[in-house]
Amino acid sequence: MALCGRSIVCLTAPRGNVARLPLAFAVACARAVGTLSRRLGKGGGTSAPGRVLLGVRPGAVGELAARLPDGTVMVSATNGKTTTSRLLGSCITAKGWSTVANSAGANLFFGVATALLDPGIISGTTTFGVFEVDEFALPSVVDQVAPRVLLLMNVFRDQLDRYGELESILDSWAQMISRLPTTTTLVLNADDPAIAALDDGRHPVVWFGLDDPSVASAQMAHAADSTRCRRCAHDLGYAWSTVGHMGEWACPQCGAHRPSRDVSATRVELLGVGAVRLEMRTPQGSISTQVALPGLHNAYNVVAATAAALALGVEPEIIGAALAQADAAFGRAERVEIDGKSLVLLLAKNPAGANVTIQTVQLDPAPLHLLVSLNDRTADGRDVSWIWDVDYEMLLPRIAHLTVTGDRAYELALRFVYAGFPRERIQIELGAEAALDSALDALEGDGVLYVLPTYTAMLELRSILVNRGALRAYWEHV
Amino acid sequence: MSRVRVCHLYPKELNIYADRGNIAVLKRRLEWRGHHIEVHECGLGESLPLDADFYYLGGGQDRDQLLVAADLATVKGDHLRSVVADGAVMLAVCGGYQLAGHGYTGVNGVRMPGIGILDADTVAGSTRLIGDVAIDIDIEGRQLTVVGFENHAGRTHVGSGSVPLGTVRYGHGNNDSDHTEGARTGRAIGTYLHGPLLPKNPDFADLLLEWALAHATGITCELAPLDDEIETSAHDAALARRGSRPS
Ligand SMILES: [Zn+2]
Repeated sequence: MALCGRSIVCLTAPRGNVARLPLAFAVACARAVGTLSRRLGKGGGTSAPGRVLLGVRPGAVGELAARLPDGTVMVSATNGKTTTSRLLGSCITAKGWSTVANSAGANLFFGVATALLDPGIISGTTTFGVFEVDEFALPSVVDQVAPRVLLLMNVFRDQLDRYGELESILDSWAQMISRLPTTTTLVLNADDPAIAALDDGRHPVVWFGLDDPSVASAQMAHAADSTRCRRCAHDLGYAWSTVGHMGEWACPQCGAHRPSRDVSATRVELLGVGAVRLEMRTPQGSISTQVALPGLHNAYNVVAATAAALALGVEPEIIGAALAQADAAFGRAERVEIDGKSLVLLLAKNPAGANVTIQTVQLDPAPLHLLVSLNDRTADGRDVSWIWDVDYEMLLPRIAHLTVTGDRAYELALRFVYAGFPRERIQIELGAEAALDSALDALEGDGVLYVLPTYTAMLELRSILVNRGALRAYWEHV
Repeated sequence: MSRVRVCHLYPKELNIYADRGNIAVLKRRLEWRGHHIEVHECGLGESLPLDADFYYLGGGQDRDQLLVAADLATVKGDHLRSVVADGAVMLAVCGGYQLAGHGYTGVNGVRMPGIGILDADTVAGSTRLIGDVAIDIDIEGRQLTVVGFENHAGRTHVGSGSVPLGTVRYGHGNNDSDHTEGARTGRAIGTYLHGPLLPKNPDFADLLLEWALAHATGITCELAPLDDEIETSAHDAALARRGSRPS
């Protein structure tokens, strides 16, 4: 990804020219590259050291992971994997395992490899690994490291220039699962019909879901996809839906239906833009918790983390408190104080993610101050069509002030214009710095600025906030 | 003040390239000028309304496109051919464009029949043609540069019964070899450009709306100008960023 310092990669020895270095020495070499990367101001070096490691010792990922006596958990999804990994990490830490994690959002193969350079693995003090893995990269990682628990949460239509690959992700996941040893426990979202179809009957499965129709809706969001039965292709029926195509689903033709949940949120309270409170039913008794993350999508993240924690043997009585202590992953409902004002960063990188963000900010009863930023770089998706599948219309009556920015600021402005927002009320700022200033200037009293950026736009805004001393750099954010 | 009827075909199946945005543009740009617009959605199995002035066909993924091809062949194709022959406007984007032509032969050799409104035929290539695209169009004496995004595996070739919609300025276009993009017969247009197409190409949107109004009223007229500053900025920014895009 963009920040990883291209010039660093040239330090990698060409593949095949180097004899296999001893594991500990290979790790030391690769770690040195990460240190150098940071010194040169190239960012956190969240992938380059992993490339070096694999260059000097191709099997190192499997070898290092095998040294974790308590094993690994891997988390994948279109939305929520970073936050859920963080919540799960908090539970694991409470259990007392010393963990390594790729918490800086470096979730491709080399990002996982870089995380495995943790010195505690060689010295034997680190015992467990928590990895969030990109949907496309997951099979290649899992084939090297069979996780003890594999948590699969959801599959949504992502950036559209990757579209058409939604089916191929699901196919590649099904094949990956068929290759996995049966010692791996699958933790699957019963509410997502595409995820539910991944149960191959060979692996132990822990099902999770939401069972509080009071927070569901009878109507599906515009961006809802995968609403056809995976078994017979008939249109699925929904008694209610929660986020996108997730909900209480059943196929009227072949009878496929939502599996019964082992870990289920029986009561969900959305406490404004600050938190969610959950009561969960589990095979080991009920768990209550309040987590400082807003919105229904975070309720899913909490239930998913709980189900995975239980599957790993974390004691139910410590899970509630551990979840409550977790803070936001960077850019995901992250609250920042700057110049006496508050802003909340809410990553919005695809239609389903943006729609839950829109539901979340509406929980604030005050008139809304919004800064929306749209970039179209590789990590964002080159095709920005997806913004037209986001239900911005729902926000319009609530907006007090709107600033748009990013590489495609004008097209974002057009999205609001054609939704019916008066064009003269849209503040268009091409530069991120100017946009932030203008949005903060418009903020009055103790109001909050909601910042809805795509992925690289979030990194850009975050680095401005870091430079102004309001935030820590992302590679320090652990 | 006139009433324009838009028929949005298969909104449930053909919607992956923000086709909703194109419909929103048709609606707003007529309403801002004081006209009425009715948008009628027409799905699988439903018979085609024959009184619309504008028929819209979007893009879908392969599985859904197959269902639509079958429905066009058995339920709506004949009627759509006849309303378009009578002067109704048709805009078909991506997969819709392929189906508006003679058909699409997939990588596996399977043939998906089209309805032949456009003299164009499509065969899947081994790679997808993806990226920013701009084309120069000359229709009825109007020269426009239209910008968008394309993402298609099909290679389309336009026969003598249609004309290409435009000439590729940058990007791939119909087939990555003859520098043409899209196809047109009368008021029926097929194109690979999405993004969506109409919001940042307001002049092109207005051309289509003038045709729709002419169909609705029988009178040809030019639409009053609007404040298109943001639309024009989006259009010009897309052209200006060509070659200097950050990664
Ligand atoms: Zn079925």
